Amino acid sequence: MASAEGQQHPLKIYYIMWGALFILSGFSYATDFMDHGALRTFLILTFMMLKASGIVWIFMHMGWERLALKLAILGPPVAILVLIWLMSLEGLYIEETRLENYGESTFVPQEVHHGAAKPEEGAH
Amino acid sequence: MSEAVMDSEAAVEPDGKAGVVNDFSRDKQVFGVPWGKAMMWIFLLSDTFIFSCFLVAYMSVRIATTDPWPNPSEVFALQAFGHDVPLLLIAIMTFVLITSSGTMALAVNMGYRKNRKATFWLMVATAALGATFVSMQAFEWTKLIMEGVRPWENPFGAAQFGSSFFMITGFHGMHVTAGVIYLLVIAFRVRNGFYEKRGANYEIVEIAGLYWHFVDLVWVFIFAFFYLW
Repeated sequence: MASAEGQQHPLKIYYIMWGALFILSGFSYATDFMDHGALRTFLILTFMMLKASGIVWIFMHMGWERLALKLAILGPPVAILVLIWLMSLEGLYIEETRLENYGESTFVPQEVHHGAAKPEEGAH
Repeated sequence: MSEAVMDSEAAVEPDGKAGVVNDFSRDKQVFGVPWGKAMMWIFLLSDTFIFSCFLVAYMSVRIATTDPWPNPSEVFALQAFGHDVPLLLIAIMTFVLITSSGTMALAVNMGYRKNRKATFWLMVATAALGATFVSMQAFEWTKLIMEGVRPWENPFGAAQFGSSFFMITGFHGMHVTAGVIYLLVIAFRVRNGFYEKRGANYEIVEIAGLYWHFVDLVWVFIFAFFYLW
């Protein structure tokens, strides 16, 4: 009985969403070549949210569900924003106490090397 | 007979805010979806909180450490054409996962059209792409471990980098592995006519699809917060 209903939509919607995900992921990857800053952060978050909403709305069919289900599933995760806020305050506080008690970090990071091509470049 | 009347009644039920009140107060099942689908959504909601906890913990330790944070763009670079291309393997993994999401979406559609052969092959393709993703992740882990990255220390910066990396990608990889097995089980059942005996109901493909899309969804957040940030 219930199977007669279900989520049946034209294939075109999926192809468009699929293509959009590829393009947006390309954009996401491109942000890695930008300098760190407010613009980069903004773009990372924008592309992330666009991809996430596309997946939930079209691929997971949430856009076609009734509002009761949408609210029951998408409402609770909003509470995570409070956790993010609290934990960032906590993190800042711990960093402050560490700096106060142990001083600045003395860690000397090693340079990242991959593969074997580097040594010849780095000849003294 | 009475069921048919109920169904036509359901068709004129209100939408929007009034619909929410009506759905919750009408002394019937609240969500007008098969129970399996509602339960999968609720499971995914709980999984959302688990992954959020990992990502928030990662944020917290990254803020709190006084050591420099390793640059993921360099750490995850891969040599290609004689250069270090930043984040190359991760980008390929991302595209593999997106491709698998697309084949899964098509499998769900073919399932509702009762095209068992296409559903089977699309699900097998999805599982194969998932397995490819996990293999690439295994390669990534091997590479980093050989370079000295451990959950408790690494030569490139803050020790918390290793613990966050192994915890988050490990848990995600476990989800992908479980998904590959889940998809294969459903795919073979679709092929051998298991669901034909149950009224040719292929909602199960959509439910499996929800899980698979969720795994892709989590990767979107991991990619943004762990690899790009």
